[in-house]
Amino acid sequence: MLTKRIIPCLDVKDGRTVKGVNFINLRDAGDPVELGRVYAQQGADELTFLDITATVEKRKTLVELVKRVSLNLNIPFTVGGGIRTVEDVKELLESGADKISINTEAVKDPSKVDAFAGEFGSQCVVCAVDVRHNGEFWEVYINGGRTPTGIEAVSWTKELESRGAGEILLTSMDHDGVKKGFALDITRKISSVLSIPVIASGGAGTMEHFADVFTEGKADAALAASIFHFREIEIPVLKKYLKERDIPVRMADEQE
Amino acid sequence: MSSNVAVVQYNAGNTMSVVCALKRQGIEPLVTDDPQLLKRAHKVIFPGVGEAKAAMTYLRSRGLDEVLVSLKQPFLGICLGLQLMCSRSEEGNTKTLGIFPEEVKRFPPEDKIPHMGWNTIEDLSSPLFRGIHEGVYVYFVHGYYAAKGNDTIARTSYILPFSAALHKDNFYGTQFHPEKSGTVGEAILRNFLSL
Repeated sequence: MLTKRIIPCLDVKDGRTVKGVNFINLRDAGDPVELGRVYAQQGADELTFLDITATVEKRKTLVELVKRVSLNLNIPFTVGGGIRTVEDVKELLESGADKISINTEAVKDPSKVDAFAGEFGSQCVVCAVDVRHNGEFWEVYINGGRTPTGIEAVSWTKELESRGAGEILLTSMDHDGVKKGFALDITRKISSVLSIPVIASGGAGTMEHFADVFTEGKADAALAASIFHFREIEIPVLKKYLKERDIPVRMADEQE
Repeated sequence: MSSNVAVVQYNAGNTMSVVCALKRQGIEPLVTDDPQLLKRAHKVIFPGVGEAKAAMTYLRSRGLDEVLVSLKQPFLGICLGLQLMCSRSEEGNTKTLGIFPEEVKRFPPEDKIPHMGWNTIEDLSSPLFRGIHEGVYVYFVHGYYAAKGNDTIARTSYILPFSAALHKDNFYGTQFHPEKSGTVGEAILRNFLSL
């Protein structure tokens, strides 16, 4: 049975993980490769590296990091942040990234989604969508959540799908960092109307929140950062919890 | 394990993932589309991410279609690689290499497409799965599938049961990505390299 995916997200700046991490027995917790390897061993299903440097002169650092990740990790990973051109995507994929994720760029120029999917296939194009409820509807935000666009989220994700997006990474900014659970209603709405997978992000605080987003939210995957980095929730414990609730997950210790 | 491993270079490869997985096994593969080098390799890996028709057009334009089917050494197609080894694909209504008689079809739209993520493989038979337990998880990303047939050596169910792996003579194919399937995938790759 196809399992629900758990995806730790690592924010990276100048080739180093940004948010504090609380891992013992880790030689260098600031090294995204070391941290990624620990998550892979713990049973993470994929990893996402979000580059917040995103300046042209620092892009080479990201490419070098992607090469190191690819050499050292045996699970799929996505790279996002500052990707604008077909050449950007080509360089990251050729360095070993499995998928790339775009956000602001897709809103500014939606034809980029068609271009990336047409050139490299939908399977590697993740469209990140940041949303906030404005009192009337779920509105799409860009520029790291700073700029409202007036665009309604459900219709936007449908357009992204029709243009060739392979997955939607949906983040509710109302929920992000609050640790009171994912935005179940909008996640369920979008997951139900789309025929591509939806990754839910923003709001995970307890293991129950993950169970809720997979059952009530109908998410195909869930992404979180600090709760994993600070070991508030450990992936093997989370997966055991989900499995006990009949949510299909891949257990790391079943691997061999 | 043999040291002379070639990875087929063409227009539908995210070959770096496979190259990195081989490097983790201590192998420096040769990435090439040179027929002579492919013929001389001890093992050939045929990765693939992309669209069937464009891939076949490219392979034919370089005569690689005839080279690949004539190879005698252990050969492993991955994902689109497996699909191109079948007889025909619904993707672009494309005639493919015809190593396996099985046909490749689009998943019926009864669930999300692509089939993306970790799923189990069952009914394992073949040296490729030596030491691999029934029901282990491997990583899939695909919108088309090879039907089950006489050459099926592993089965997975998503919407319907399909061939997770095929084997005929020296030719092997996996619909899943062993290079991205954790320690299970590494064990399967090592099995292939030991053939």
